[in-house]
Amino acid sequence: MTEREKYGSRRSRLNRMIRLRQLAQAASVLTTPLAPEDILALFNPVYSARQLRGVVTRVVQETAQSATIFFRPGRGWHSHLAGQWARIGVELDGVRHWRSYSLSAPAGKDPAITVTDVGAVSGTLVRTTRPGDVLFLAPPQGDFVLPEHPRPLLMVTAGSGITPVMSMIRTLVPRRPDADVVLVHSAKTPGDSLFREELAELADQFPNFRLAHWFTGEQGRMDLTSTDQLDELCPDWKERAAYACGPDSFLDDAEALWKRAALTTAAPGSEVAVAGTTGNLMIERFNTTFNLGVGHDGGVVTFETSDREVEADGDTPLLDVGEDAGILMPSGCRMGICHSCLTPLRAGQVRDLRTGEVHGEPGQLIQTCVSAAAGPVNLEL
Amino acid sequence: MSVISPSKTTPASTKGSAAGGSRTRPGKLAESGSPTVRPPAAAHLSDEQVAELGRELDAIRDEILAKRGAEDAAYIRRMIKIQRGLEISGRAALLVSKNKAAWVTGTTLLSLAKILENMEIGHNVLHGQWDWMRDPDIHSTTWEWDFVTPSRSWQHTHNDLHHRWTNVVGKDNDVGYNLLRMDEQQPWKPVNLANPLFNAILAPLFEWGIAIYDLELTEYKEGTKSKEALLKDLKALGKKVVTQFTKDYAATPAVAMLTGSGKQALYGTIAANAIRNVWAHAVIFCGHFPEGTDTFTEEMVEGETRGDWYVRQMIGSANISGSKFMHIMTGNLSHQIEHHLFPDLPSSRYAEVAPRVREICQRYGLKYTTGPLIKQVGSSWAKVFKLALPGKTATA
Repeated sequence: MTEREKYGSRRSRLNRMIRLRQLAQAASVLTTPLAPEDILALFNPVYSARQLRGVVTRVVQETAQSATIFFRPGRGWHSHLAGQWARIGVELDGVRHWRSYSLSAPAGKDPAITVTDVGAVSGTLVRTTRPGDVLFLAPPQGDFVLPEHPRPLLMVTAGSGITPVMSMIRTLVPRRPDADVVLVHSAKTPGDSLFREELAELADQFPNFRLAHWFTGEQGRMDLTSTDQLDELCPDWKERAAYACGPDSFLDDAEALWKRAALTTAAPGSEVAVAGTTGNLMIERFNTTFNLGVGHDGGVVTFETSDREVEADGDTPLLDVGEDAGILMPSGCRMGICHSCLTPLRAGQVRDLRTGEVHGEPGQLIQTCVSAAAGPVNLEL
Repeated sequence: MSVISPSKTTPASTKGSAAGGSRTRPGKLAESGSPTVRPPAAAHLSDEQVAELGRELDAIRDEILAKRGAEDAAYIRRMIKIQRGLEISGRAALLVSKNKAAWVTGTTLLSLAKILENMEIGHNVLHGQWDWMRDPDIHSTTWEWDFVTPSRSWQHTHNDLHHRWTNVVGKDNDVGYNLLRMDEQQPWKPVNLANPLFNAILAPLFEWGIAIYDLELTEYKEGTKSKEALLKDLKALGKKVVTQFTKDYAATPAVAMLTGSGKQALYGTIAANAIRNVWAHAVIFCGHFPEGTDTFTEEMVEGETRGDWYVRQMIGSANISGSKFMHIMTGNLSHQIEHHLFPDLPSSRYAEVAPRVREICQRYGLKYTTGPLIKQVGSSWAKVFKLALPGKTATA
């Protein structure tokens, strides 16, 4: 396809979209207060006026503990770059929960996530997702992506940390003969190792891709506190742009290792080295650490828009805390029935003063009149 | 609490400055004790008994919260699907309503769709009954209903004012909607002779009555509602009026004109709105006006605890007995007592808690008012007629 054809087809698609929007606007005269999408959702669940959705097209079991879920996203999604992640909303017992998952499909192909059964949300995804199910989505994002210009690469991954890297390998290795990729992947046993067959085939087929497995069940944990093992697995690791993804401790060690390596190569006392550069290493962390408040702990309440911080105890409603700090708080009945006070939670958790339940996820709307801080809390107000 | 707490102890600021300073917290329930005057129907209860009653009702609420889940989510989604199906098939039938059967079918389906949307879905979603699902499509902050008053205005007068101050004359304007004399505490004026006439006009135009009511013109006149707030509400209402009018009285008939059914379609949408209005009016009037429901004075809510608040909801509300279909068509407001105790529990759970609430009422010697639709409608109309005439004035 020539550039001009490409441009032409893009323009006609744009025109089609504009026409579609005009049509939707015209139709909304008949559907108000609903949007035409609300009616179309009766026939196709990806339609929604307010939220991006996707329909599961295929579920592939990867290991005993993990599965890859392919989905067809609705309007509003944009195609992902290799290595990016997306927020996926799943319903557990009727309640929407959001988690971030790396997209394991190559760039340019239909999106897919590979999920390992840890925790309630991932477990539900792995065990119960079927083709036709609806997933709630946020468009792909993330900076853990391939370099703009070709250069030798080293991927160091552990466990499910391979998922974003798998997208990179699938994107790069078969399509770019000039690629030079080494993957060092650590898993407990061969049976637990994600994408093992596909990786072996790629390594057989493409000389520009080299694969080194590390099985902790047989060899013990990969030791990244010294360079010995890495020197053996990939002698030229210092010359490569490196990508690491895996559990926190694994990444902490990798980060320290590269930092030291950068220190030894940098001039002594160099500002750059002191500033903590990790040289050629790029890291993707899976956010698994939660700030779970317990019992009656209060905490610092941060009102982000108002830029105020207030110390609060664990029994005072956040509504009172905010009002005492001079924040313009939406409020109503002050007893948990009218929902006039709903405020988006940005971080932390709250305790329901009625039930004692500690809950909260970023983005969730909470009733400030019956919620107290359970640890540090950030509110959007 | 740190920071500004010391100022909380200073008496109310005389400067009337809004920033910081002391703040009265109207609506905050007392931790313990009793109201200045306990309502007569509950006067036989001790503080301890009222507190215990409160704990029992809290326990019922907690139990439902623990059970609430996928089944409930499926219920509201099914209702929404049914409603949308009724809506499009009703409107589609009206497009060919030159045919009499199509007109009857279309008008009936559209009436049902509007009733379902306003009652079992809209009213309850706007109460936040389904907020726990965290679904932005079914949420009290995003829902807009097929009713002329904008959701946000209604949520303020209804969820906040009416539910907080249920039946407190002078605080809950739902007692007569500033239009009718519905309680003996309200002093009689000659205009009240028109009570039955006003109510008869109100019924088919109910959504307009509520829209005007939600503007809180009395509050504006008294200076408790700012001009900016009123203008904002007026603007929102104006916008809603235009879209609602366009849909039902212009766009639908215009499309129907293609089959020569324009006029019939217009009559159909007018009829559907009127039918919904009459139905909603009847159901709402059964909530707090039938014989047996009590009203309250401001003294009765001073120092009110959670237990007393519960008591007031129970003796101030009335249920309607009937079939499951009837309950759904009333938006489960036929379980008005349960709804007032737990306004943000899913409506589909009210039937389940009703026998237990009734048992609690019995055990504590409180009345639990209920009756079939016809009887309750008759009873509230009887009050409309009775209070048109000067009778006993405030004796409470």
